[in-house]
Amino acid sequence: MGRFAEFWFYFSVNKGAVIGLVTLIFLVLVAILGPFIAPHAPYEQYREALLTPPAWQEGGNTSFLLGTDAVGRDLLSRLIYGARFSLFIGLIVVAISMVTGVILGVLAGYFRGWVDALIMRIMDIILAFPPLLLALVLVAILGPGLFNAMIAIALVLQPHFARLTRAAVMSEKNREYVIAAKLAGAGHIRLMFKTILPNCLAPLIVQGTLSFSNAILEAAALGFLGMGAQPPTPEWGTMLAEAREFILRAWWVVTFPGLAILVTVLAINLVGDGLRDALDPKLKRS
Amino acid sequence: MSEIVLEGRNIVRDYHVSGGLFGKPKTVRAVKGVSFTLEKGKTLAIVGESGCGKSTLGRILTLIDPQSEGELLIDGKPINIAKDRVTPEMRRKVQIIFQNPYGSLNPRQKIGEVLGEPLLLNTNKTAAERRELAMQMLVKVGLGPEHYNRYPHMFSGGQRQRIAIARALMLSPSLLVLDEPVSALDLSVQAQVLNLLADLQDEFNLTYVFISHDLSVVRYIADEVMVMYYGEVVEYGTRDEVFSNPQHSYTKTLFAATPKSDVASIRARLEKKKAAA
Repeated sequence: MGRFAEFWFYFSVNKGAVIGLVTLIFLVLVAILGPFIAPHAPYEQYREALLTPPAWQEGGNTSFLLGTDAVGRDLLSRLIYGARFSLFIGLIVVAISMVTGVILGVLAGYFRGWVDALIMRIMDIILAFPPLLLALVLVAILGPGLFNAMIAIALVLQPHFARLTRAAVMSEKNREYVIAAKLAGAGHIRLMFKTILPNCLAPLIVQGTLSFSNAILEAAALGFLGMGAQPPTPEWGTMLAEAREFILRAWWVVTFPGLAILVTVLAINLVGDGLRDALDPKLKRS
Repeated sequence: MSEIVLEGRNIVRDYHVSGGLFGKPKTVRAVKGVSFTLEKGKTLAIVGESGCGKSTLGRILTLIDPQSEGELLIDGKPINIAKDRVTPEMRRKVQIIFQNPYGSLNPRQKIGEVLGEPLLLNTNKTAAERRELAMQMLVKVGLGPEHYNRYPHMFSGGQRQRIAIARALMLSPSLLVLDEPVSALDLSVQAQVLNLLADLQDEFNLTYVFISHDLSVVRYIADEVMVMYYGEVVEYGTRDEVFSNPQHSYTKTLFAATPKSDVASIRARLEKKKAAA
């Protein structure tokens, strides 16, 4: 409890981070409660109300608060369901890339030598490609679809975790408590994951939140390029792609999904920055 | 003559330093053929300046690093960790206490886990037995059972060093290597920890290898003294021999460099100052 209170003290100093956290909690609630708060079903097409403008504009209709798209689907409902997809993508991608990246990084930092060289050179090769390009190639190989896009993005984001973990493990590895644990008879696995890893978590948590927003952005980009979630899935990037041709005739079909991506990514980035300030002891003010 | 717990025969330790991309690899000999014997229940102090190889020797004795040459015998059994794996029985015989009590405890581990870990890894004791033994050990080193569930950052330096001592003793080792165990502590706390170490030595019949550069501490705790200088032993004998009649010039310099703080020497120093003025 003491540690959490201390964490909150440092976190709450950063107003932007608190605003980001509130926004993020709001988004999570919207995603969880989606079916109960969405006014319409996300796939239902109202043929008599194609491209209805938002409610406050002339010709708007209060039953479609943010208007409808080209086939008459309620934009607000689709955005609400889209929040589920985006948060789900972020969560899965971060989970996959964090687990693999941390395991590889711990192995590289703990054993050094040729294990380190092999793992880190592979990471360097992945990092040498522009991330979106590499994800596109991977999706092209695996075939388009939301799940394949997530795997591709996870692979692209994973080297960052591996490098961060390796650096942290290398600095912790020669600390005396690790030698003491070794003398107590701890084996390699225990030293790596029970003794060293818990002391390397702070930068990883920060990287995790920042990757979360990256994953959402890249999934949206892949969706926009037609390689991510496939229509009619109400994923934000895919919605943008579908609405491209109406950008001059009906501004709302492009603006609102774009705004949703912007707000989500901004909120998560703010939280990530706040976490970094709160968890990094070097930035702590006494 | 009682049994010999620790014996070193001509122990050598080389460090290989790669010279970078173009330089030649170099070999640094940190410990140059050290031999000694240590009886059960006695304390051997290893004294020397920074970088003289005393900590390297300590790491070899604790089976952290292998020796490059020479033989190390613990309880009469030769051991070389470069060749064979360290068995749990060997692990249990030697433990170390580090200089810095702030770095030697895992910040994410509760004290109870710190003390229970050696038992968990080396014995088949149940969680309840481990807990019981850890509580007893906490009391023995002058802490209380209420400290069982606390984290290391809640303790002072002296208390942390007591925890480190307790952890080292959990497996009831026969040999304890103390690598400058009090030099990071306050003077008053130093005395407490040294007294604790002396008491524990009597209670468990422990053998100590005490690495230090503080001669006043060495005079208090040691039975035998070994002075090291650039990886070599320049003086080796009982405490009284070494302190009353140092043979080697380095030992004499070392003793002369110790600040004297008794009243008579301070008076003498002031007299000298007055005479000079």
